[in-house]
Amino acid sequence: MSKQAAEPISRAGAEEKSATGVIEAPPDRANLTKEKAAAKERQKDKLSGLDSDTLIHLYRQMLLIRRFEEKAAEAYSSGKIGGFCHLYIGQEAVAVGAISAIRTDDYVLTSYREHGHAIAKGMSCDAIMAELFGKVTGCSKGKGGSMHMFDKRVNFLGGHAIVGGQIPLATGTAFGSKYQGTDQVTLCFFGEAAVNQGAFHESLNMAQLWKLPCIYICENNQYGMGTSLERAMSLRDIAQKACAYEIASEFVDGMDVLAVRESVLRAVERARKNYLPTLLEVRTYRFMGHSMSDPGNYRTRAEIEKYQERDPIKLFSATLREEKVADDALLERLDKEVREEVEHAVRFADESPEPPPEDLYTDIYATPINSSRAK
Amino acid sequence: MATITIREALNQALREELTRDEKVFLMGEEVAAYQGAYKVTKGLLEEFGDKRVIDTPITELGFAGLGVGAAMVGLRPVVEFMTFNFSILATDQIVNSAAKMLYMSGGQYNIPIVFRGPGGSAFQVSSQHSQALESWYAYFPGLKVVMPSTAADAKGLLKSSIRDDDPVIFIEQERMYGNKGEVPDDPDFTIPLGVAEVKREGTDVTIVARSLMVPVALKAADALEKEGVSCEVIDPRTIRPLDIDTIVESVKKTNRIVLAEESHPICSVNAEISAEIMERAFDHLDAPVKRVSGADVPMPYAKNLEQLAVPDVQQIISAVREVAYLD
Repeated sequence: MSKQAAEPISRAGAEEKSATGVIEAPPDRANLTKEKAAAKERQKDKLSGLDSDTLIHLYRQMLLIRRFEEKAAEAYSSGKIGGFCHLYIGQEAVAVGAISAIRTDDYVLTSYREHGHAIAKGMSCDAIMAELFGKVTGCSKGKGGSMHMFDKRVNFLGGHAIVGGQIPLATGTAFGSKYQGTDQVTLCFFGEAAVNQGAFHESLNMAQLWKLPCIYICENNQYGMGTSLERAMSLRDIAQKACAYEIASEFVDGMDVLAVRESVLRAVERARKNYLPTLLEVRTYRFMGHSMSDPGNYRTRAEIEKYQERDPIKLFSATLREEKVADDALLERLDKEVREEVEHAVRFADESPEPPPEDLYTDIYATPINSSRAK
Repeated sequence: MATITIREALNQALREELTRDEKVFLMGEEVAAYQGAYKVTKGLLEEFGDKRVIDTPITELGFAGLGVGAAMVGLRPVVEFMTFNFSILATDQIVNSAAKMLYMSGGQYNIPIVFRGPGGSAFQVSSQHSQALESWYAYFPGLKVVMPSTAADAKGLLKSSIRDDDPVIFIEQERMYGNKGEVPDDPDFTIPLGVAEVKREGTDVTIVARSLMVPVALKAADALEKEGVSCEVIDPRTIRPLDIDTIVESVKKTNRIVLAEESHPICSVNAEISAEIMERAFDHLDAPVKRVSGADVPMPYAKNLEQLAVPDVQQIISAVREVAYLD
């Protein structure tokens, strides 16, 4: 089938949807219709009824991630950070909006593009930067790096680096909540390329079959490394794929932090109260390459600029100004604050010691192997 | 002591651990309503209910990963593969998630999970349903690999595996479920992982065998005794961690060693044991290490060809005679 033949149907369909277009799954149709109406009502309020402290906090979080990633890019270029480094610049509204809708004891799992989620979940920038620098003070003691960050204290269960690998794991943490009778929900982030993996489909099937409180958040940044969605996916309307499993789904504008938050709040309610999963397709865009080594030649300058006009941080700062929540002075002060926080993280990472050589052989087994009898 | 089958011993271990710890649950294909494809889980659904004994769709990667995720938040899943052949679909979650999580997280997330089910050669099911995969899993730091050969070992090792705080690959032998043996009645009877057992003491030649090869090696030892050759048969029981010291000690006594296994010879567990012997006991050897392995071919269907592919008593006898320079 030619590219042209398929394009108008699903692409156009997706673009025409409102910021919080709701696709009903058959069993929940009545509920979702009600929720959709309520959502529209709420949308009348540009600020989602949030107080200014919360709004400023959301803005600050996004800005912190942006500045953190800029610094990480700098440190990568100067050789302080090794391996792969996948930056989150452009997608900040997704992690911040979504994670603002849950509690600290809720679970978050994500892919290898994870620094933003880690910051949004409340991990310290010092520990994240130190991990990138391969230092013992890093959140994974320097053993995980950019793609494997964990923090048990805030239930951040990793960074996983096989595309889609975190999706069955997140289904399992949600299973754990239901099994243990807690009301903790799981947010599972992944890119749109992961949707083509079997792990995605196997997980959604089980999540609805067993009614698990997992919220699957597909961050559709439209490229799996250098391959565009058009070249890799037959049905490109990802939210619709939920219908195959009778899961409720929504299509969300990922450049709008409040839209993401609202949509995740609705999903959280379904999950917390009724142990029901949701699939969210959050349309976003990464402003940088796939990783630091990717010059991004597969995208045009014009395309990138088009999305940069909808930079989530610029959009939100404009809203905050318009609604008189923040003025230039406040925004400047916030920028200065987060720059200092990131500078501190770099200093902390730089000055921290490397892992001691003996750490090579620790953390392999929790029940240690008796080395005198067994090798 | 009661005399029961390996199948019953495994069933007892599961029942006792499900009773002992609410965090233990069992999931897999046909484990609940169907009572297990090999009836290892018989009666458990009735006793523990569908919250704890869970039939899954045929979705190995999915439910293996779900189990690992559940283990990350404090549960102790026992995931059954109807056969280990199907674990191949789940290898990403076993290797990339279960084995590495504790390390990648700097010690924060251990994965107390057991992946269990039958493996090794079966009867006339051809290549995709009849193979030994232990060397794959034993390769990875972070995993433990257990292969019992008797009813008592099956029970004691499965209980230890469920109580262990790390991911354990527990491979039962498909042909051996009906084998009987004495099993202690004590509900707290366990066998530690990583400890070999001398199944038969001897002085002339050491035979290391695991799983299906243990009874085969014991038969060979019986036959050889009549010829005046005393064989010591060692079952490592756990492949990783491997109790190499017990094997080395035996070689120091017998100065000759035969390694028997069902799996293909290339990159096998016995290739590893052989290398260990070279490094640790070379000066004690009076003959080169001799391996007896499954044929290096995909398993055939035809009965006569299948018999040729799995090591038998005669092959082990020949190998022992070779290292004892009797031929």
